[in-house]
Amino acid sequence: MQALDRKLLRDFRRLWAQALAIALVLACGVAIFITSFGMYRALEETRIAYYERNRFADVFSDARRAPLSLAREIETIEGVWAVETRVSGAAILDIPGRSKSAVGRILSIPSSGRFSLNVPLLRSGHVPDPETTDQVLVNEPFAQANGFQIGDVFAANLNGQKRQLTITGTVLSPEFIYTIGPGGLMPDNEGYGIIWMPEDAVAAAFDMTGAFNHVSLKLRADARTETVISSLDNLLEPYGGLDTYDRSQQQSDAFIDAEIKQLRSTSIILPPVFFGITAFLVNMVIGRIIALERSEIGLLKAIGYSNFDICLHYLLLAGLIAVVGIVIGWGVGSWLSQSLARLYADFFNFPFLIYRVSYDAYIISGIIGVTTAAVGAIRSVLNAARLAPAVAMSPPAPPKYKRNTLDHALLALRLSQPTMMIFRNLMRWPVRSALTTLGLSLAVSILVAATFFDDSLDTIVDTAFYQSNRQDAVLTFTDEMHESVLEDVRRLPGVLQAESKQYYPATLRNGHLSKRIAIESSRPNPDLSRVIDSDGRVVHPPANGIMLSDRLASELNVRAGDTIAVDFLSGRRESHEIMVAGTVTQYLGLGAYMDMDGLSALFRQKPRVGIVNVTLDGNQTDNFHAALKEAPNLAGTTMMTETRQSFLDTIRQNVIIMTTIYVIVATLITVGVAYNGARIQLSERARELASLRILGFTRGEVSYILMGETMILALLAQPLGWLIGVEIARLMTNGFTSDLYTIPLILKPATFSFASLVVLTAALAATLVVRRRLDRLNLVAVMKTRE
Amino acid sequence: MPDLIFRTEGVTKVYDTGEVKVYALAGVDLKLFAGEFTVLLGASGSGKSTLLNILGGLDHVTEGRVWFKELELTQLNDRGLTRFRRDHVGFVFQFYNLVPSLTARENVQLVTDVSPDPMAPEEALELVGLGHRMDHFPAEMSGGEQQRVAIARAIAKRPEVLLCDEPTGALDSKTGIQVLEALKNINDRFGTTTVVITHNAAIQKMAHRVIHFQDGRISNVYTNDQRLQPSEIVW
Repeated sequence: MQALDRKLLRDFRRLWAQALAIALVLACGVAIFITSFGMYRALEETRIAYYERNRFADVFSDARRAPLSLAREIETIEGVWAVETRVSGAAILDIPGRSKSAVGRILSIPSSGRFSLNVPLLRSGHVPDPETTDQVLVNEPFAQANGFQIGDVFAANLNGQKRQLTITGTVLSPEFIYTIGPGGLMPDNEGYGIIWMPEDAVAAAFDMTGAFNHVSLKLRADARTETVISSLDNLLEPYGGLDTYDRSQQQSDAFIDAEIKQLRSTSIILPPVFFGITAFLVNMVIGRIIALERSEIGLLKAIGYSNFDICLHYLLLAGLIAVVGIVIGWGVGSWLSQSLARLYADFFNFPFLIYRVSYDAYIISGIIGVTTAAVGAIRSVLNAARLAPAVAMSPPAPPKYKRNTLDHALLALRLSQPTMMIFRNLMRWPVRSALTTLGLSLAVSILVAATFFDDSLDTIVDTAFYQSNRQDAVLTFTDEMHESVLEDVRRLPGVLQAESKQYYPATLRNGHLSKRIAIESSRPNPDLSRVIDSDGRVVHPPANGIMLSDRLASELNVRAGDTIAVDFLSGRRESHEIMVAGTVTQYLGLGAYMDMDGLSALFRQKPRVGIVNVTLDGNQTDNFHAALKEAPNLAGTTMMTETRQSFLDTIRQNVIIMTTIYVIVATLITVGVAYNGARIQLSERARELASLRILGFTRGEVSYILMGETMILALLAQPLGWLIGVEIARLMTNGFTSDLYTIPLILKPATFSFASLVVLTAALAATLVVRRRLDRLNLVAVMKTRE
Repeated sequence: MPDLIFRTEGVTKVYDTGEVKVYALAGVDLKLFAGEFTVLLGASGSGKSTLLNILGGLDHVTEGRVWFKELELTQLNDRGLTRFRRDHVGFVFQFYNLVPSLTARENVQLVTDVSPDPMAPEEALELVGLGHRMDHFPAEMSGGEQQRVAIARAIAKRPEVLLCDEPTGALDSKTGIQVLEALKNINDRFGTTTVVITHNAAIQKMAHRVIHFQDGRISNVYTNDQRLQPSEIVW
């Protein structure tokens, strides 16, 4: 080993604490990059591969009852590559050993036994014989959650007929990677199952022989999705076409897509913050080392080492710091990715997931890490190279302190000499002071941006579950029912209150802007499912108007008083111009609301009911479920109490994990910046501080100078950090907002105080560690050392 | 007549501080010969260190020309000067300038790593009488020992010239004499052209030639008819 390399290793060992403080900040960036970018790539690649292998369709449509012969016509639509029709229906399930009813979605297996699109992947057992009427495939998560084995039997209420169904196999389907039952907010594998049954049996059960009510299309690469959708809409219209949509509105894909986008924006937004701070810290530390080793550099040059050798020597020192950071980052990133993968495994049902992070992510983060350190070091390193050897070996000129306006102001304040020393030093190195402040403020901002979620979620939960949706259960019917169904529901055991509701799929248009949604209609003054405006008041749309959620209104660029075109996609499929009566605040989904009577008048028909909200007598829940299992025309039940609980549990758990991670991250940044800042100050001012001690200053007074500077910068960093944090939070709420949910920006004083408390405590702890070195300072030795 | 090693013609060095121009060297013509032990004497600021730096390729002239044998140093760029220092020159400084994180042996190795024809670090340390202290760090050695490590480091590459800037400046007389003995030993054994800058007039008695500096100029040059041994020097 060359002597210079040995110097490198020994220097590195001597600097371990500072190097580690920097390496940990870099490690955060690398770990977050590996996790977010790595999982983004893994999820994206898995999705692409899965969709391709199992021929996931591009366009989907539902109709009331279309003849099978229509499939031929659909095939002739320009751009269509493949068509698959099927019969789909809903059923209440009675699972042995489960008192509550479960909900099933029944899908037909083509009579040929071969799927051409949305091909389910057989995981166990076999596909039922097409001739049978009581054999089914179920989706694997449903089977696992209920402990089903091949050959197990459960009951299903198919269109009013209770049937015993035998499980012949389990499958996974690209259509149901993320599955939420009707009315649910979170996946519930135990209570919601996808069931595939031979076509003839399903058709017979749902009175659909010779017909279909769902069609999936695979398009050619050059197809124009919009044109295909509108052609398909036209073809299905006479047969009660309900809604045609592409993948972006397919529930499972929309959720995965939202997750992938979130991962991608995290990988773009967060890591650069850490890389920036790392570069700054490396710059500060290497700069100081080069200043300290000025005469050694001169000597190396005198001996005959070239500028390149010297550049390389110090770049390697920065490189070693980077390597430590990268290796730690890789380790933590791999661990985080695995944890995240486990979390995904709970929510996303992939048959295979490239859960491991691709090598790319490691290589890219490694290159970025090394580059970051090199960028941080390069200015000081080039300065070292530029130092003429004769100059390098003479002591550096003392730093220039100048009097400026600020200085005069400080003088006027009659500050003590130690305080003056603090302020003069801050002004002497304005860029360093500013960057230190910025670094600490980023730690504050990360905490603000991470912890505000808690308050936002509280608001969402309060609005969604305690203000808007106060029902205990939601009953969804297979068909539009007459309003008298309310009386039937009220007669069910345990039902205390029942209120009706109906959804109408529709396209809202304003000029070139349009959005497909479901309009919710209800009776005036509902007590269970209420609409809340931005001031928290319960509102109800007038008979002749429509109320939109804020986000929907802004997507359509309409305000209260404007008129929008509404194309209803069901029933009479009429188009009407309707006035926007007002906007309401809503965090989950994109809501649009109309009065039930107003809508009935518009359709010239009696009110229809698709959904009934109920409150229950808690002691009669089992009886209620038992009755549901026998009820005809019921497509689903959602127990809101359970939904609320599982939603709360999940987000609470996520919030705790998030907060812990970000507190660690912010602490690492703070310690990295504050510790290195204080160490460098100690190194620069050791003689000065030792002189003060010799002159009779106490340890406390001298520590005040050392710690004061860092703590003043830490205090200055607070308001700046709050501001940056609010901006990041704003960016995040915008970035995370999708048609599925909106995150409100709720900022409470506690968020800011918590962020400041963490950062100031970490900064104080870091400077106290440096202070201990000051206590051990050998005064005589310091004074004798040549600068 | 021995071979000419260094030749300077009208060497001037001006430090421009913006407000005043300081003439560190104001036209120096000088010849140094192979195997010669030369002492440069003069007060602080007389220009002797500046000249030594220029001869060693550490600094540039403002005006004038400098040759090392046939090689014109004043024509060389930074890379050429680095090459020149690496191949031909050994330096010894007043404050030793050892790398504190390297042992005596490793400090010498710093040089042997980059020299074309070095001696073993151990051999160089033996030559200065430090064979028994090779694995000690600078902080574990006395000033005289540290300076001898610096000399070992300077001679390990078998340089043709050894340039010493106040090599005994930081030492007491006893250790200073040990250092001077090491220098003389090298000069005698290898015929290394040695230039020693000093404040200490007593040292001039061991030189072949003594050059006095004053205000950036050579004020006086004389040859010692009879050289003293370092051990005979007293200060």
